[in-house]
Amino acid sequence: MEKIKLVSRPVNWNKIEDPIDMDVWNRLTSNFWLPEKVPISNDIQSWETLKPHEKTLTMHVFTGLTMLDTIQGTIGAAALLPDARTPHEEAVITNIAFMESVHAKSYSSVFSTLCSTADIDEAFRWSEDNPHLQKKAEIILGYYNGDDPLKRKVASTLLESFLFYSGFYLPMYWSSRAKLTNTADLIRLIIRDEAIHGYYIGYKYQLALAEETTARQEEMKGYTYDLLLELYDNEIKYTADLYDGMGLTEDVKKFLRYNGNKALMNLGYDPLFPKDECDVNPAILAALSPNADENHDFFSGSGSSYVIGKHESTTDDDWDF
Amino acid sequence: MFDVVYFSSVSENTKRFVEKLGYSSIRIPLKSEEAASFTHESESVLVVPTYGSGDDNNTVPKQVIKFLNNPANRKHVRAVIATGNTNFGSSYGLAGDLVAAKLGVPLLYKAELLGTPDDIEQVRERLEQLWLTR
Repeated sequence: MEKIKLVSRPVNWNKIEDPIDMDVWNRLTSNFWLPEKVPISNDIQSWETLKPHEKTLTMHVFTGLTMLDTIQGTIGAAALLPDARTPHEEAVITNIAFMESVHAKSYSSVFSTLCSTADIDEAFRWSEDNPHLQKKAEIILGYYNGDDPLKRKVASTLLESFLFYSGFYLPMYWSSRAKLTNTADLIRLIIRDEAIHGYYIGYKYQLALAEETTARQEEMKGYTYDLLLELYDNEIKYTADLYDGMGLTEDVKKFLRYNGNKALMNLGYDPLFPKDECDVNPAILAALSPNADENHDFFSGSGSSYVIGKHESTTDDDWDF
Repeated sequence: MFDVVYFSSVSENTKRFVEKLGYSSIRIPLKSEEAASFTHESESVLVVPTYGSGDDNNTVPKQVIKFLNNPANRKHVRAVIATGNTNFGSSYGLAGDLVAAKLGVPLLYKAELLGTPDDIEQVRERLEQLWLTR
């Protein structure tokens, strides 16, 4: 990675060069959350209803997600810093990096609540040995360590907006069957964060791309579609490894293509996969978007959206009894 | 056909969605004070992106609120179309729901990001139909 350039000016939030920096900063900070606030322990009973192979699958999926969040929180976000266009963008990227580390840690919260140490160790071993998971990390890290800032942004956006979804499918699947619903609440918070990350990095990519020659723009477009397809081929194998035993592979692939299209759109490109290959199972879409009043039981203490307590300033009227 | 009146931030996702529709379109100014004095007085559909998550005051872009604060603008809006992202769960396209309910007009469609070719086709169909039955 390039040496990070020395910061020569202090960030002045009273002088905004790009309004999107401020919008995204506000959005990210108002969405801030921690896994300790989601009552995962309410899923213990539900966890015990899963069959052994279902438990193993769930743990493998979560170690895979942990790996991506670890990469993004450490190397990924740091690789974007040298190319920041504004000091405010640097601040936003550090926020993204921190939240990725929160995401990575939140899977550990799920594990420590639901699983034994031996099982956790086995799952982490699996993630280090699975060739397809290793390959996806390798492809992305290759660009993060490379010297092309545009390619770094494309790789980063595809990670945020595409590569997570083979994993995100499973908690949404469990949620649609009323299982692990608190864990699903936590995953929805991650899904919400990733949307903003993908949007923001994709937007900064488009700004940088607009300054390039037509030939370079064409090259980057070709590169982006090629990289998506390379990652997609690998995702298909990874998905089969995980989900064949449950007979869910084809269903997951629809979800992958649907999100692949969204990743391309975040980068300003037209979707690639046709509509009839992206017809995501309605139960999965519904699980992504639960109504606050129907997805959780009264006692879970957790809704589809986690809300930090709000305060309201008192006014003179409040004292007019 | 209706004019398509829309708001799009500098990231221009909604602008690209609107351009793909291929109808005559007018963008609500980015600056709030300009949005407040901006008028559009012929039949229109309003395309609105969603910010925020409904539990704050930012869900509907403030420029759109300024635009709608003018009754003359408001009365020409026949339908609303929302852009958004299902990643935001129950607040997906929420600005569209809020504005349509306030105006008492139908929410014609919710599309994600720049819209897929199928989204564009469906929106066109619904607009044509609404135009014929208005």
